[in-house]
Amino acid sequence: MSRERKYAMIIDTKRCVGCSACVYACKAENNVPHGFCRDWIVSITKGTFPDLSLLNRSERCQHCEDAPCVTNCPTQASHYQGDGTVQIDRDLCTGCKACLAACPYDARYIHPQGFADKCSFCSHRIKDGLNTTACTEVCPTSCLTLVDLNSNDGKAEALMKGREVKIDKPHAGTKPKLFWLV
Amino acid sequence: MVSSYSRRDFIKISSCFLASSAFVGVNPIGLFAEDMDGVLADKVVPTICELCFWRCGVNAHVKEGKVFKLTGQQDHPLSNGKLCPRGTGGHGLLYDPDRLKTPLIRETVNGKQQFRAASWEEAITLIARKFDQIKETEGADKIVLFSHGFGASFFKRLFKAYGIHNFSAPSYAQCRGAREEAFKLTFGHGVGSPEGLDIAQSKCLLLIGSHLGENMHNTAVQDFADAVSAGCKVIAVDPRFSVAASKAERWLPIKPGTDLALIRSLIHVLLEENLYDQKFVKDNCIGLEDLRAGVVDATPEEAYSLTGIDAQTIRDVARDLARFAPASLVHPGRHVAWYGDDTQRSRAIAILNALLGNYKQPGGLIHQTEKYGVPNPYHFPSNKKTAVKYKSKFPMASKVPSNEIVEETIKGNFKSWFVYGTNLTETLGDQKATLEAIKALDFMVAVDVLPMEVTGYADVVLPEVTYLERYDDLDDRVYRKPYVAIRQPAVSPLSHLDAKPGHEIAGLLAKEWGLSELFPPIEEYLDQRLQAAGLDLKTMKEKGVLVKEDKHIYQAPGEQLQFRTPSGKIELSSANLQSHGFDSVPQYTKHPENPPGYYRLIYGRVPMHTFGRTANNRILGELMPENELWINQITGQDLGLIDGEYVHLINQEGKKSVSKIKLKLTERIRPDVVYMAHGFGHTDPRLKFAYHRGASANEMITQLTIDPIMGGTGLKNNFVTFSR
Repeated sequence: MSRERKYAMIIDTKRCVGCSACVYACKAENNVPHGFCRDWIVSITKGTFPDLSLLNRSERCQHCEDAPCVTNCPTQASHYQGDGTVQIDRDLCTGCKACLAACPYDARYIHPQGFADKCSFCSHRIKDGLNTTACTEVCPTSCLTLVDLNSNDGKAEALMKGREVKIDKPHAGTKPKLFWLV
Repeated sequence: MVSSYSRRDFIKISSCFLASSAFVGVNPIGLFAEDMDGVLADKVVPTICELCFWRCGVNAHVKEGKVFKLTGQQDHPLSNGKLCPRGTGGHGLLYDPDRLKTPLIRETVNGKQQFRAASWEEAITLIARKFDQIKETEGADKIVLFSHGFGASFFKRLFKAYGIHNFSAPSYAQCRGAREEAFKLTFGHGVGSPEGLDIAQSKCLLLIGSHLGENMHNTAVQDFADAVSAGCKVIAVDPRFSVAASKAERWLPIKPGTDLALIRSLIHVLLEENLYDQKFVKDNCIGLEDLRAGVVDATPEEAYSLTGIDAQTIRDVARDLARFAPASLVHPGRHVAWYGDDTQRSRAIAILNALLGNYKQPGGLIHQTEKYGVPNPYHFPSNKKTAVKYKSKFPMASKVPSNEIVEETIKGNFKSWFVYGTNLTETLGDQKATLEAIKALDFMVAVDVLPMEVTGYADVVLPEVTYLERYDDLDDRVYRKPYVAIRQPAVSPLSHLDAKPGHEIAGLLAKEWGLSELFPPIEEYLDQRLQAAGLDLKTMKEKGVLVKEDKHIYQAPGEQLQFRTPSGKIELSSANLQSHGFDSVPQYTKHPENPPGYYRLIYGRVPMHTFGRTANNRILGELMPENELWINQITGQDLGLIDGEYVHLINQEGKKSVSKIKLKLTERIRPDVVYMAHGFGHTDPRLKFAYHRGASANEMITQLTIDPIMGGTGLKNNFVTFSR
């Protein structure tokens, strides 16, 4: 790898219809056990009949640049990968749940086999040279895009141009890498 | 500009479902050992989805003989590499532990009826001899084939050759039949499936009850998202704040049952303010003056008193449609069997589109005519000597309404049903009549993958393998581009089941009837068809789909438009309808109102399910195991109902729902209406997951309002109240 990568995800809530194809696709791709999920849909209704608004968005691990799960992991199972993603080494994980408590985004769960689990940005696919995750690939509205913020392909800029961009809980100071377009 | 969401806004819908749902059993697949993220497939098989009728191209990812993942085919015009949630969970059907295992034959033991497992030979012989007997004694016209799904084509061919010509499908009178007839009357052709609509390029899109986004037809939703991103002005007419309404510039929370009054008023404004495309209408339409006279009374003020949509909004919507015309589109909908005036309502939509001049224009109606074109060298001679085709009593019914077959069966005019892939007792409304008809039958056969309710009433049940285990005929259609696609087995039929593909079942019957030459081995048949088009099966199996360009979607410069109507023009006023005693221009008649204390029951689709077809799918059921009844927050509170509690429904005729349904108190619906997803509340205990989960809308629909033009069943004139 000639340069360091920094993967992030851009999520266009204007396109998202909240269908959950991303959830099913992730579960199949990553063999997520029954009753758990690595990504999910948040659906927010505001107002009263008939003055209403509805926002749907797909969420997952934020792959923070300053990740409390990494800081708080006593065994270094949670770690930064060279591509800007946060990963879990299952062999080192003791299932102590320190990361679950530390994560401001509630992105993790304990796998029935005893380790912490969460979205990996489909690390295996990235390593395989694909520029999609299972969820970005399946999404019928193409509202999810995996981007490399260190690349100069202009993809992230093109998507964000002229749009209001939100991140979740900037006050947590974790430098999250999911960007929502509203 | 980076800003933040506030914490209390966060409600994890999906994970809430996960945490709160009780699951029956565990993952039935149990495929992988630990630590198997991102399994690499041994092979990827391109095939066609069957989770709904859209029929997207999918890639089945197979590892150690098992399908573990389904993705959208990149080159298939219906998927473009994408897939909806249902298609993504399609292997939940393949590995459903409740699948039918063997042929079943009804028998009576000690006065009690039960099924016994039978061999294919015994079951097939029984059906063949029974049909022979009916054919000889009473005539093959006493037999009806009901079907839904792509696999039915083999049975249709077989039956035609045998001499059975009575085919019926609930997809007609219970779904889009009225729309097709209305567009034929107006434009000379139906809207078709997948619909010929240029949504992606629309600049102004009027949705009347269409809930795109919850209605998850893959490419239609892709197109809708593209339109929304491009700034399309969406206007959503719906008693419920649908997902589509949330993307809309205007939401018109219409009083249900009054849609036709609204559309007539939009026509009125376009004519009154001369906003319609005058050149287009002059060149291509007839009946403008009749139309003008026919909607003279449909003022926005009059429409307000009926629909609850204020007059200014109606004028604004009409002006918006006109401003962006011809890139304005009034969506014709799909399931239109609502109130019994459905042909006329669809006619009004067709007329509105005509006035906008959007025919064969970017962003408007497109006419997808050019198929890929794979000829069929196998001649299937139609045996017309032995039977006459039943003719519907409804003048404009180009197909026989399923409800009419039910009626005629009760009268004794049909003696036998062969039911392929359609759960009739859960689709036709008026369950009592359906069951009465079934009772009156001498002999009934059901072919299905799962023990759907209808199979429980059959004399012989034949288990079919799923779409992931079989070949079907070639899919030769068009969605903007003509294509031919193949359905082929991703895996061998599951060995612990004695199920067969439809083509093989039809082949076995054909052999009994001396028609074997109609069913050569399936690969030979497909290859011969493909060879006739200069293609071959090997290439087709590798590629999955072949695509051509269609240069005729839009009107070419100087192209004279032609319409296959009696006048050769778009018929704003229909002499054809008038000659049968119907209104030549759609008129509005009021529908029944809510009885006091009752709420009109409307229903629709959800992204995770295709009605009852997927209710037993464990993968899909993980995120949506049951349906909910939406009721307005204030209405619910006034009635003392609690969000999340379970209630029985009781309809206007006192019919009480078999199972209870969870209440969802929400601001997103009018106070006089309740809404639920169709297809839940299954009553056959053999459907172990779906059994008694949620409630059935069909069960509550005891009142059918029949469309006098084509016999469709208005299903939304039913009302419910609640009981703990």
